[in-house]
Amino acid sequence: MTKAGLTIKACAGLVVLALCLGAPPAAGEYGDVVINKRAEQEGMRPVVFPHWFHRIRFRCKVCHHELGFKMRAGANDVLMTDIIDGKFCGMCHNDDVAWGIDRCDLCHSGKPGLPSGIYGSHSTSGPGRW
Amino acid sequence: MLQQPAEALSKLPPDTAGNMVRWVEALEKGVINPRTNIRPETKVEILDGDILMNLNGSMPVVRFPHRAHTLWLDCKNCHEHLFKSKIGANKLSMLRILEGEQCGLCHGAVSFPLTECARCHSVSRNLQPAVSGAVVPLGPDGNPVGAPPASKR
Repeated sequence: MTKAGLTIKACAGLVVLALCLGAPPAAGEYGDVVINKRAEQEGMRPVVFPHWFHRIRFRCKVCHHELGFKMRAGANDVLMTDIIDGKFCGMCHNDDVAWGIDRCDLCHSGKPGLPSGIYGSHSTSGPGRW
Repeated sequence: MLQQPAEALSKLPPDTAGNMVRWVEALEKGVINPRTNIRPETKVEILDGDILMNLNGSMPVVRFPHRAHTLWLDCKNCHEHLFKSKIGANKLSMLRILEGEQCGLCHGAVSFPLTECARCHSVSRNLQPAVSGAVVPLGPDGNPVGAPPASKR
């Protein structure tokens, strides 16, 4: 077999392997919050809020003081209309600081059926009450 | 996913629990510089001062560092609904903390988890000053020095 033939076979093999494996499984990170109070009822996927990603860029006080997010998961009533009006997530997710509300899937990214709550990967797995 | 946690977090000071990141150290060392406010008029406050708690328990004394907490949080995130500002007015319970109340609202959910006992119960009983809840200066070794002032802060 020619060298080119081998290369083609190797490439084809890799493609098949990639198709079999699919995307890497999504794993929760310590502090991830699933927000599904309304999303699925309204026909959208649950929202996954990654604390780790946000706290690299913003201190807790920005969202939990300026934006008015209560600290207990489940305690906030966030409507999409509020976000469009620039409240809560909409303070930054406005195409200015971060992507805007037209990028639905970037936030509504949770698997259907995920219950609301804060998810940890540590053995304590978060507070017992939400 | 826009970014994998490992991609961002592996560059920060490593830890052994939670996000595996020493978040306060990352901030203090300037590895990250997250924004403190969005609105220019928002007052950003940092309080330097430690509170000693659990003076009569069997575990080492708890040193609560206001500075590390206010680097991240605003005073109003904890005061007055979670903790009264008055010294001695708060009845803390490890059971309630483990249930996600008081300190457990964040510790065990976002900030380092409750398996890390010695990070809060960090002051040896032999070194403890006599007054509970006082704001005390810290020595170079990170432990409170001398007797705490009797001031109420």
